[in-house]
Amino acid sequence: MQVASGRFKQRAHDGLENPVLRNALLKSQGKFVVTRQQAFDELGNLGELRAAAAAVRDHTLERLDTYLTRFETEVRKAGGEVLWAQTAEDVQRLLHDICARHGVRLAVKSKSMVTEECEVNQALETAGIEVVETDLGEYILQLANEPPSHIVAPVVHKTKEEVAALFERHHGRPRLHDIPALCREAREVLRPKFLAADLGISGANFIIAETGTALIVTNEGNGRLATTLPRVHVAITGIEKVVPTLEDAALLLRLLTRSATGQPITNYVSLLTGPKRASDPDGPEHFYVILVDNGRSKLLGGELQPILRCIRCGACMNHCPVYQNVGGHAYGWVYPGPMGAVLTPSFVGLENARDLPDASTLCGACAAVCPVNIPLPDMLRQLRVQRMEKRLRPWTERAALKLWSWLAARPHIYGIATALAARLLHCFGGKTGLLHRLPFASGWTDGRDLPAPQGHTFRELYKQERQT
Amino acid sequence: MNARDAIFARIRQTLQTTDASAMETHLARHARGPLPTLSADLVTRFRECATRLESTVAGPLTAAEVPAAIARYLDEQKLPRRVVSWPGMASFDWKSAGVEIETRPARGDDLIGVTGVFCGIAETGTLMLLSGAQTPPTVSLLPETHIALLPVARIVAHMEDGFDLLRKEHGSVPRAINFVSGPSRTADIEQTVTLGAHGPYRVLIILTTG
Repeated sequence: MQVASGRFKQRAHDGLENPVLRNALLKSQGKFVVTRQQAFDELGNLGELRAAAAAVRDHTLERLDTYLTRFETEVRKAGGEVLWAQTAEDVQRLLHDICARHGVRLAVKSKSMVTEECEVNQALETAGIEVVETDLGEYILQLANEPPSHIVAPVVHKTKEEVAALFERHHGRPRLHDIPALCREAREVLRPKFLAADLGISGANFIIAETGTALIVTNEGNGRLATTLPRVHVAITGIEKVVPTLEDAALLLRLLTRSATGQPITNYVSLLTGPKRASDPDGPEHFYVILVDNGRSKLLGGELQPILRCIRCGACMNHCPVYQNVGGHAYGWVYPGPMGAVLTPSFVGLENARDLPDASTLCGACAAVCPVNIPLPDMLRQLRVQRMEKRLRPWTERAALKLWSWLAARPHIYGIATALAARLLHCFGGKTGLLHRLPFASGWTDGRDLPAPQGHTFRELYKQERQT
Repeated sequence: MNARDAIFARIRQTLQTTDASAMETHLARHARGPLPTLSADLVTRFRECATRLESTVAGPLTAAEVPAAIARYLDEQKLPRRVVSWPGMASFDWKSAGVEIETRPARGDDLIGVTGVFCGIAETGTLMLLSGAQTPPTVSLLPETHIALLPVARIVAHMEDGFDLLRKEHGSVPRAINFVSGPSRTADIEQTVTLGAHGPYRVLIILTTG
């Protein structure tokens, strides 16, 4: 997917000025926030679960090589194959090879953010292979030729009227007006694709080292169909998704589904291990797992390592005041919201996503709801520091900060300068005491007035207090 | 250097240890995370949770009563009395209940699938199904109606108990373990929950005894 994260500000403005999007976000946010809260209230031991989940994720990340090696061994024992990809191009090449080897002409996909990251669809289509997204939301986006705007609810930005219009145009059937009928039509259109597909592509929410298993959660059943009916199944996921045991996966599942949609469990949780066995009447004949690095290993051992704990539940964006106003497309790449604002600069380079560390009020809501205790605001602050060190801010800002630090290191001059500035601004404020415009800070005063300083500076008041 | 070696080299650069003993200890323990406490008895809990996830729960019935109960359900739902089922189900007396049965993996146009289950999970009202020669997963997936027979003695508290049972009875994992919690659903359009996406529209769970 092309990186447009460098234009966050413009795209955020576009989002703010789109009433359909604002309305859709307002409706969905209420649902996500309330259902999540209810689900955890019922469970009762959220704090304990989060600590345990974070500990399991850390334990595995600290031993990533041994766990990945074990996973690979177990997949092989089950008759499957693990393939390794350093980059998106590697993933595309591996898929091309698999398609050529098995004569694949039609591929069905269940929802996967890593395949968005690696532009799998475009790559396969270029090679003449038909690719069909089968998650309802992703299918709608494929018809609309748009990227997802949320990692769990990809089509959160669209209304049912927009979906009905798309279906009418692409299916050549009469316009539908209610949601169940739209879902029924999608099922009818997609069922023959499942039955005819040669290849099923899925992500994996977790991979389990103990058994060599790819675990997939879905509600629609498309994940099950895509991994049961076609001759070949390829699961594509990040190297950080490995967990040690079935029990560890169960622990993380309790948090994942509740954090994502408020469900105690998704309709389907499928644990897939290897191709069909000799006596199995159904299931794929070939089973591959492509493990993707694409920037993840660089994060190990650094200050941003905790982002690798992320289980992609989307709770951080559902609770983020910035995401909820500008929408997911503003972030300009695959992963939106606070987790995206941390991941995107790490994956595509801070210079290509220099505004994303500002896509946050640092209110801390994301950290408060994160099921694996990722300190997202701290990381955004860390990225702001890196950005300054890499000189990725405008020279005016850097010069201003330099001047300020020079002044701040000289208390006497600082006192004189601030007293002078306060007096000046007070005069400019006039009768209203408000500044309509400020040089070098028009971004701030374009939308509101700055109250002019009144009376004395803090230092002057402090001095007076001491004397009396 | 191939991709695998390059990735492992980068990982190892940053790690404190490449000693596998901590992993071996962790894998051997199968430690469980914090579990919710279940207040009601397991059958009641299972019934409540499964119902909340839009499954219909019937019974407990004896095995002999099952075919007639299925026939009644199909009539109520205005569905044909023609089902596809796991091979093991052929021994029931379907004939006198007036139900036509075929035992085979399901096809895209089958309307009703009847299966057993490996066990039931009380915590969430979930069915645990294993793939295998006698238990093809398509039967619980392709038809619009899924009917599952669950012996009450096979209801365990948590998913973790299901895994223990699997280790005890099978030793290793099958190709597919499917946890099923009600009819398939989607909320992708306007976050409005709609039952019946790509999998079954309805799930009937019949509890059985004996």
